[in-house]
Amino acid sequence: MTEPRTTPLSDRHAALGASFTDFGGWSMPVRYTSDLAEHHAVRTTAGLFDISHMAEFTVDGPDAGAFLDFALAGRLSTMPIGKAKYSLVLAESGGIVDDVIVYHLADDSFLVIANAGNRDAVAEAFTARVERFGASGDALRVEDASDSFALLAVQGPQARAIVDATDGISALERSLDDVPYYAAVRGEFAGAALLIARTGYTGEDGYELLVPVTSAPALWDALIAAGEPLGLVPAGLAARDTLRLEAGMPLYGHELSLDIVPAQAGLGRVVAREKDDFVGKAALDAAGEVADAPVLVGLVAEGRRAGRAGYAILSGDDTVGEITSGALSPTLGHPIAMAFVSPAVSAPGTELTIDVRGTRIPATVTALPFYRRTK
Amino acid sequence: MTDLDNLKYTAEHEWVALDGDLATVGITDYAAEKLGDVVFVELPGVGSTVTANTVVGEIESTKSVGELYAPLTGEVVEVNDAVVDDPSLVNSDAFGDGWLVKLRVDASAAEGLLDRAAYVALTESA
Repeated sequence: MTEPRTTPLSDRHAALGASFTDFGGWSMPVRYTSDLAEHHAVRTTAGLFDISHMAEFTVDGPDAGAFLDFALAGRLSTMPIGKAKYSLVLAESGGIVDDVIVYHLADDSFLVIANAGNRDAVAEAFTARVERFGASGDALRVEDASDSFALLAVQGPQARAIVDATDGISALERSLDDVPYYAAVRGEFAGAALLIARTGYTGEDGYELLVPVTSAPALWDALIAAGEPLGLVPAGLAARDTLRLEAGMPLYGHELSLDIVPAQAGLGRVVAREKDDFVGKAALDAAGEVADAPVLVGLVAEGRRAGRAGYAILSGDDTVGEITSGALSPTLGHPIAMAFVSPAVSAPGTELTIDVRGTRIPATVTALPFYRRTK
Repeated sequence: MTDLDNLKYTAEHEWVALDGDLATVGITDYAAEKLGDVVFVELPGVGSTVTANTVVGEIESTKSVGELYAPLTGEVVEVNDAVVDDPSLVNSDAFGDGWLVKLRVDASAAEGLLDRAAYVALTESA
């Protein structure tokens, strides 16, 4: 085992009294004081997350868009500059190597943000796909830039006001008024390159700010200084997990894996099946409609006892599926879970039970997400 | 303020306060901190008999599930209804209002539990 890596902000986290956990090969803050308080802060004011463990790949050159159309599931080449799109890295089998967000930064220039734990898998996939794609070095450059960047997320209703109030942010290509959800704008933070993306993993409005590693501590401090009067609190991975679960967002290794094809996880819309060629197309075309493969559903239950990842789902006495993520929803006050179940019992309203360590807890299939912000 | 040096401890992170043959049991601040915010506790019923080193309850946080072990064999004479209603007491006052159960025990059996120094050494080596 190698020691987990630390982000450029680990001193800040330690000074705030954070507890740390190993995640994707990184030592990350799991909570600072209370994961419930951090969760509620994101829903009501704002939370600040260090997500510098995430992996960044730059894709540049005249063939960048066409390469991404080949290497990823979606159609990225036609995405306007300044926009972002959720996409998938598929295996030849049609299974999922990773889920990513792709940003079109400028003419012939894209950024792909991948999960920390899948950095090597995505890097290997891109290397192999660059070779297969067959562009010349002038036409396409794909680089793993993960070690160069830090990423901070400001999430919650106060996120915009906080970013507006943060000292050192300047030279934005356009006003944040003109940056809708799933868009991004370049600028500067204290003279260093800055990307502000209106994306996140919490179900709230918010921004993710990408800066060079060396600028991360100053940006963290500036965001805290601007945000504290507006209710901003540092938030850890525990809150991030319950927030994304309420928002029905998948987590790789739980809802997504090499053994899951996109349609099973409700991500069929992410795959541009009409594209001429992309990695995974042949397998997905050959499979047609796999009628009895398990599908991802939401489950809600009463009481306070939550089903957890790995717990069995039953219909009568028959096991019909398994939970992939589950918790007592801090916002809703009742247990929620995502689970893969047989299509026969996947319709919303279907009554099932969860085997919670030997006790059967009634649960109802429900449409995702569990939580949707009102504005 | 509870004098932590007067408590006994288990390797499973329970604490025990002995008053004659009455043992008040909770989980330590270390265990509460590891769990995160506690959102649900399930405790044994009053009048039930529990056996040392067996699982008699559950403590769930948003992130995970912890098991409550009986530190000693005995009869449950009281459970903390306040902590059932408000499980966050386990986090805010692990050694006080966050107590879980009171057991009628054979006090001599407590000799086998850890003292404060041994427990602290255990958590520091974890």
